[in-house]
Amino acid sequence: MTFAEIFLDPFIEYAFMRRALVGGLALAVGAGPLGVFVVLRRMSLMGDAFSHAILPGVAVAFLIFGLSLPAMSIGGFVAGVTVVLGAGIIARNTNIAEDASFACLFVLSLSTGVMLLSVGGNALDLVHILFGSALAIDDEMLALIVGIESVTVIAFALIIRPLVIDCFDPAFLRVAGGGGWVNPLFLALVVVNLVAAFQALGTLLALGLMILPAGAGCFWSLRLWPRIVFSVSVGALCCYAGLVLSFHFDLPTGPAIVLCAGAVYAGSVIFGRYGGLVRRAMQRAPA
Amino acid sequence: MSAASVALDDLWVAYDGTPAVRAVTGRFAPGSLTAIVGPNGAGKTSLVKAMLGLQHCSRGAVRLDGATRAEIGYLPQRAEIDRNFPISVLDMVQMGHWRRTGWFGRMPAAATRQSLAAIDAVGLGPQVHAPISTLSAGQLQRALFARVIVRDAGLIVLDEPFDAIDARTTAELMALVETWHRDGRTVIAVVHDLQQARTRFGDALLLARDVIAWGAAERVLTPDNLSKARLRLEAANESWADAGAEAGP
Repeated sequence: MTFAEIFLDPFIEYAFMRRALVGGLALAVGAGPLGVFVVLRRMSLMGDAFSHAILPGVAVAFLIFGLSLPAMSIGGFVAGVTVVLGAGIIARNTNIAEDASFACLFVLSLSTGVMLLSVGGNALDLVHILFGSALAIDDEMLALIVGIESVTVIAFALIIRPLVIDCFDPAFLRVAGGGGWVNPLFLALVVVNLVAAFQALGTLLALGLMILPAGAGCFWSLRLWPRIVFSVSVGALCCYAGLVLSFHFDLPTGPAIVLCAGAVYAGSVIFGRYGGLVRRAMQRAPA
Repeated sequence: MSAASVALDDLWVAYDGTPAVRAVTGRFAPGSLTAIVGPNGAGKTSLVKAMLGLQHCSRGAVRLDGATRAEIGYLPQRAEIDRNFPISVLDMVQMGHWRRTGWFGRMPAAATRQSLAAIDAVGLGPQVHAPISTLSAGQLQRALFARVIVRDAGLIVLDEPFDAIDARTTAELMALVETWHRDGRTVIAVVHDLQQARTRFGDALLLARDVIAWGAAERVLTPDNLSKARLRLEAANESWADAGAEAGP
């Protein structure tokens, strides 16, 4: 096979591959910067909880409206926000720690969602929603994903200054005032992005494109903007590579994309310039 | 510089019903330079956080005069900030302009010049573009002081500014605190070094959950008062254990 046959033809010949690629690139552009801050705020596991919290809302919408994209997205968003707020309220008003409160609600929503889908739908629906189907993205879905990501990028640009201060030194922002809205806005953006990503990657993997490139970026730069650019670029590249791999080897698309990002992460852990394993070993034993 | 004052009126702070600060009443006068001193667990940081509105007061009130809470120049404990956050010294110091720029406002050139001057003033000129994660503890503290300079506040509150800092940095930063005092700003600092509190600060507040003494530093930090503070805290700890931590508001 020639270079073009491997890397270009799938996208030239098949519209569904083009739509999957455009959708994936849009997700990478929105999720990259958010992921950097999810990692900086030490919210990675909480983000996982959010992405699973979407499921019961998607399931209920699916059972009522069928495979309607707007209904499933709105259902997912409502369920995600409800679980986030609910876990926060439970943690503040009871003795349970915040992370435990999130974990409890997340397994509850995951099992509720799986139960609803198994009872009301069939096994294929369940697999589709849990693991996504990037190749099934139609024009309507693509418009929704690109729309959400455009709003995300604009909103991110508007909140980045207080977001940076709040991450770095929350007490400073609380004393100086004026940043009270930044945390809820940021959480809402994360949930919206997970909703957008679940179409392509499924609720179980939606976080992959957000967290893995951002986590890998920690090993390559001590500055914010390079990390954001790195996250977006790696996310976009992995979408492309995952699609090519899944096309030629008949692999499931969502896991192929996330595993590509996983390979970048693994490489960064080993060879990363800041705190990578090889670097550390060399620093311990100077030649 | 219009100095501000802080009045505390029967201030209590409690965690789960166990008081950390009890019935503190008094006033930090405009233009005063006060060291808050006390044994570990005396409630120094709790008191400071209550003044800043970061900690709920279970009883009593904090009254600021001549400054709003948002105008306080606050230096948090270094343990409370994310030392690995990926920003440069300059970006961090620019945060001091937050009240002026808000969420979207442009950073005026004059504001950036102020930040650069403040970074020079704390001796971090060569590190102006360095990521903060590459700084030593002392350098990071210098950068945080630069951010306080930029805020240009009439009331400055420093939480353990000299904790785990080398002697040279401590001396230089203490000199900076003294220039703030000469400018007429009101400065309140949580301090561990008794010698430093006695010789460099005009006033002292000796705390052991309640106020042991508050006034001129040399009259407050006497051996008598210091042992009283230690005993008070030990007695308090025992009585809480005995009484099952039921007392307090």
